[in-house]
Amino acid sequence: MAAGEWLQVTGANGSGKTSLLRILCGLISPAEGVVEWQGANIYSLGEEYSTSISYVGHRPGIKDELTAVENLRIASGLNGIEIDKSSAQRALEKIGLVAREHIPARLLSEGQRRRIALARLLVGDRKLWLLDEILTSLDKAAMAIVRSLIEEHLSGGGLAIVATHHDLELDSSHGQRLELAT
Amino acid sequence: MLRWIVWRDLLLAWRRRADALSTLFFFVIVASLFPLGIGPETELLRSIGPGVVWVAALLASMLSLGRLFANDYQDGTLEQLLLTPQPLYFVVLGKVVAQWITSELPLICIAPLLGVQFGLSNETLLILIVGLLLGTPVLSLIGSVGAALTLGLRGGSVLVAILVLPLYIPVLIFGAGAVEASVIGQTAASHLYLLAAITVLAVIFAPWATAAALRISIE
Repeated sequence: MAAGEWLQVTGANGSGKTSLLRILCGLISPAEGVVEWQGANIYSLGEEYSTSISYVGHRPGIKDELTAVENLRIASGLNGIEIDKSSAQRALEKIGLVAREHIPARLLSEGQRRRIALARLLVGDRKLWLLDEILTSLDKAAMAIVRSLIEEHLSGGGLAIVATHHDLELDSSHGQRLELAT
Repeated sequence: MLRWIVWRDLLLAWRRRADALSTLFFFVIVASLFPLGIGPETELLRSIGPGVVWVAALLASMLSLGRLFANDYQDGTLEQLLLTPQPLYFVVLGKVVAQWITSELPLICIAPLLGVQFGLSNETLLILIVGLLLGTPVLSLIGSVGAALTLGLRGGSVLVAILVLPLYIPVLIFGAGAVEASVIGQTAASHLYLLAAITVLAVIFAPWATAAALRISIE
């Protein structure tokens, strides 16, 4: 894949969409083959590769006891990017989570919790987005926001690999679909 | 990075105070049952006191091990931690430091009060505190390896106990031995030096082993 391109991974349940994304992240090792980033094996790149990717998995990866702002600030800090409260709030507003920033995540709906996870993409400033079923639990408005965020990311030279059954409605000249067989 | 992981886990522990309090309560109850069961024989209590306090601390620390990675594993934050651009060694170390502060430090603070129940002198209580300060980080560090290895397994807490308790024995021997040496008027220095040596080794090797175990468990 080149800069500005996207890949949509589809397939039946159990076809290996999540496994593929986790392999691309480096969370699990492939049975065969290698994953390369800019010509080098991701395992040889180590932490350097981690600075290039953002992964949003099946589970949102947020803490129920923390507020949206706390979740975002801590996640950013752990990734070496320190952001203040106002930056976190701006990212949450951009993803459509307004007036819910200071409520513990456990009190939010599944869709709102997913928006917090997606807000990580905005503060991460990573080149490659790996998104697993990100449109699940999102309403139409949120889906539109996510699509526009991906478009914005691609137009800035980023890459996106998305596992989803939904139509991403992205510019097909810069992307491709990969159907996994069971 | 280390600062953020410690801060995150401390904040979470504060929001889930009942977990830390249950560990402390367990420690107090277990250590207090012995004087009640054995009776008021001062010499007998003084001789068993060090061992009882150490065993109670050891069992109490086991209670918090199950939570060390399990919550992060369930909500997906462990995956995010594994993908941070930092060596996993420091992620593990940060989590262990936070676990020690929230689960072990309160035990150390209350241990002198429990020691008084066993008729331990002020000097002996000081040795008990120093021993716990040196030994409890080892309990957390070794425990983290067991917690990582049993992550996601059914009956993981029992497995952790089976895996980890035998490895706690040297800490128990030297920790309780230091206090016993003080009780009979001998120097506890040698026991404490050995505990310190074990702590140094555990700080070097345990987070590395835990990181490897986490990578296996997450697959």
